[in-house]
This record gives sequence, structure tokens and C-alpha cells, in this order.
Amino acid sequence: MGKRIEILKLIDNQKLNKDSFILELSGREKLPEIFPGQFAEVKVEGSPDTFLRRPFSVHDINYGENTIKFLIQIAGKGTEALSKLQTGDMINVIYPLGNSFSLPESNQRILLIGGGCGVAPLLFMAKFLKEKGFTFDILLGFRNNERIIEYDEYMELGRVFLTTEDGSRGEKGFATDHSALGSNRYDKIYCCGPLPMMKAVASYASDRKIECEVSLETLMGCGIGACLCCTVSTVRGNLCTCTDGPVFNIKDLIW
Amino acid sequence: MVKLDFNIGDLHFRNPVLTASGTFGYGSEFEDFIDISRLGGIIVKGTTLEPREGNPSPRMAETASGMLNSVGLQNKGIDYFEKHIYPGITKYKTNVIVNINGSYFKEYVELAERVNSLNKIPAIELNISCPNVKKGGMVFGTDPSSTRKVVKAVRAVYSKKLIVKLSPNVTDIVEFARISEEEGADSISLINTLLGMAVDTENMIPSLATVTGGLSGPAVKPVALRMVWQVANAVKIPVIGIGGIMNAADAIEFFLAGASAIQVGTASFIDPQVSVKILEGIEQYLERKGFTDIKDIVGYINKE
Repeated sequence: MGKRIEILKLIDNQKLNKDSFILELSGREKLPEIFPGQFAEVKVEGSPDTFLRRPFSVHDINYGENTIKFLIQIAGKGTEALSKLQTGDMINVIYPLGNSFSLPESNQRILLIGGGCGVAPLLFMAKFLKEKGFTFDILLGFRNNERIIEYDEYMELGRVFLTTEDGSRGEKGFATDHSALGSNRYDKIYCCGPLPMMKAVASYASDRKIECEVSLETLMGCGIGACLCCTVSTVRGNLCTCTDGPVFNIKDLIW
Repeated sequence: MVKLDFNIGDLHFRNPVLTASGTFGYGSEFEDFIDISRLGGIIVKGTTLEPREGNPSPRMAETASGMLNSVGLQNKGIDYFEKHIYPGITKYKTNVIVNINGSYFKEYVELAERVNSLNKIPAIELNISCPNVKKGGMVFGTDPSSTRKVVKAVRAVYSKKLIVKLSPNVTDIVEFARISEEEGADSISLINTLLGMAVDTENMIPSLATVTGGLSGPAVKPVALRMVWQVANAVKIPVIGIGGIMNAADAIEFFLAGASAIQVGTASFIDPQVSVKILEGIEQYLERKGFTDIKDIVGYINKE
């Protein structure tokens, strides 16, 4: 499956809350086959301070409409500039990059855990799993009610558990505090979110010998394995998040 | 048609666009984007005798018009290169050059001997300028007597083309270029990255785990250009210009200042096709200006 560099057209920039938005892009050529967990390196136009591309996991893809979505949180000048893009703007992307979540086995009880903007790759994964006939639970953690993203979309895909740190909606606390983790048993967890959350999930999973894959976010130079800037420590040495990841089995990570 | 080829001694390069070590992997990373055989040459990532894990993360920080890196020569070592990379990489119809690094003189010499026996590698780039390793690297490239010693020692065992990659982190770059030429280097490439740093104000810690790292990208281009100009005016061997080249116009500045060839580095991170675009842009420039041979513009600004 080849990587490509392509200029896509922005067809919608949807503001979700004060610092999250979804860019929906469409290509003139047929989109490549993309798997959940894979990402794109997006060039930031109109931001002189932004030198490197920005990596974003694919949030959703619609082959029928030939559109692809990225869920982005404003974290600096690059994402700030992207948040201001308007319908019709052209965006240079390199994709699809990286590996993807593995498929579960048919009898496995599956849980998807997403925290904050880390839910980005999980919607795509949830839709993908559903299409393949899997059933699963989804556990989402947000800071507060205002930060909740796409709750309704997940409701259509599986049973959803919700936490907010301030208790303004769902159970109060972090995702890993949710009672569902005590009352249900799972065989496979897919997780993406802030690093402390992923580490907490990894420790929950490894204590119970649950298979667990996490999608990591690191600062990246090239996105294609050339610069070796985005490495993480693993049992196989320092590996690139961009080519050996972004999805890692927690067994391989030295956390 | 314009002539773009150049030589280092009797080693012929189809054109003067090469890719810089550490920014182009082993070439295969770019196969989806360009035909690597169109390039004048590729310089593969820095290779050491033993495998190296490199520095801890974070190893990269974006800066104004550039980036800092502190990768620290992560590579799988010369044994792995010989067994797993060499057989595949030599399929490219271009000059594949190995960038060699050592912590000790003996390591450079042993590596040079090893690479000398690889028939399809026509040249090495002697890296005495990596700022991101505790031992060796830049130490050899910032002390004149060490530079002399390591170039001499490698020259004694390496029979093919020897390119010495200089560090910009010195007071007088010309001195190091002259020493390299005197000790038998066939070409000089410059610049490696400039030592720099950045601080994360939110977390109040250095942006890089190693605190300092190497600055690259357009931010360093004026410094690189000045040094290439100085060196090109001081030595007779071909000079390869490196530093912040993002497009053909940048590359042409280096030719006009005296570089016989250039290396594209950090730019490949942003646009993996940029090296070929630069090549095409150079050709168009020469045609537009009415030149038939790139040699006619090498050092053009230095002519009477």
C-alpha cells in the first residue's frame, strides 16, 4: 500500500468546542485504502512560524463520498492556523502513514477507550469494527460537559460509558475510574488519549492480562521513518512512532 | 539540454543534487514519492561500528524556520548495513555514499576499511561534525589537530572518494577545510547542523532531552552559504553545499557561491519530493539564463 502526497480540498471546518474542530477534506483522486490508527502529515499553510507538517490520525473516512476527516485540538500555532481554514482551501497531505490497530479475534470482548481529543482514531476504529460485525463497548473520558465530543456518534456504534473529571456528565473522574471497568470483563482494549490516561489503561490491562493497543502521539519530523525524531522506547529498542507505530501493543512499550 | 553532471576526481555524478545524511533514511523511505535513481547521489544515515540507540526523547523541537534535533546517530551498525541494507540499496542507479561516524580514531579507521570493501559504495562522507554524541563526532571536527589526524588515518585505509563533512561550530571553517584537503580529502561537504537549544516555557524545561541539539532548516542557510563561499575560495577540491536548501533558488545560491553540488536535508521532511523538484528547478534556471553547463555558474559571484 503506497504512501502519497496529495492536495485535498477542505469541504467543511466544523467547530466542536472552543479548541476542537473537524476538518473534512475531499480528494480529486479516489482516496487510498486506509485502516484505523493510520495518520496523515498535514502541511500548515499560512503560518510562517510553522515549519514542519503536523500529524493527525484519521478520524473518519467515507469512500462513497470520497471524504476524510481529521479531529484536531488546538495545541499551538500550527493547529491554530489549521482551525482558521475555510471551505475551499487546499491542503497538502502525505498519507496514509503508520500502522493500524489489529483486528480482534471473533470471541474477544472488546473495549475502546478514548480520552479528550484522543478519541480521534477511535470513531474510525469503531465504525470499522462494526462493519466487520464486532460488538464492543466504548469508554470515553472528558474534562467536563463542554468538552464532550461526538457522544451521539458513538451511541450508534456500541454501548457507551462516559466520565467527566468534574462530574458534569456521566460518572465523575477519569476514564479509568469508571465502574464499567470493575463490573465488566474484557479481552482486548484499544486506547487513545493523553499519555497519563494511556499509561493508566495499560496498567489496568496488564494487571488483568488483557490485550491492549495504544495509539501514541509524539512530535514528528518527517512521518515516514527518515529522521528518527519520533522514537519511543520499546523492548525492541527505540522505534519510530511514525512507521513502527503509532499503534503499539503495550507489551512492547517500556513505560 | 543543459549539462548537470559533475565529478569528484574520477567519480561521476549524473547531477549535483544529493540528499543529506540523516534526512533520507536509506532511500527506501522515499520510494513511494520519487524515483531515487534520478538523483545525483544519496548519502545514507550516519553509520557506526556498533549499533546505537541514539538519545532519549524528545529529540526534536521546531524552531523559527527550522528545527533542532538530537537523534544522536541511532543506527543498527555496519554489520546490519552490510547484511540487510547494502544488498537492496545498490539497486538505485545513483551514487550511494555512506556517512561514517566514530567515537575513537580506531573506529573511523575500521569503518572506513569495512566500507572500502563494499564494491558498490564509491565514496564515504566522513562525519566529524555530529553535535549530538558525547564522544567523537563534532570533537574531531572542531579541533584542527584531531581533524588532521582522523582525515589522515582514514585516507590511509580508504582508497575510494573521501568527502569530509565539516562542522559549522568553529571560529574559522577555512582552517578545517584546508587541513582536510592537505590530508587527502577528495571533497568537502558543509555544513552539518549548528549547535543550538530551545526551552519549553510552559513546562519550564529544555525542549530536548539532551538540552542542546543541531539546528537545521532555512534558519541556517545564510550561515551555511557564507561558509561554503569561504571554503570554495580556499580549496581546489569540489565543495558540496548543505544547509537549509528548500528549493531550486536556494540551491542556485550555493552554486553561485562556489558549491559544485548540494545536499537537500531537512526540506525532505516537509516535502519528500523536494529533491527532484530542486533538480528540475535548477535545469529550468540554467535554460532561462542561457547556460548550457552548470559548471558555468559554479562560483560565478567569485569571478572577476
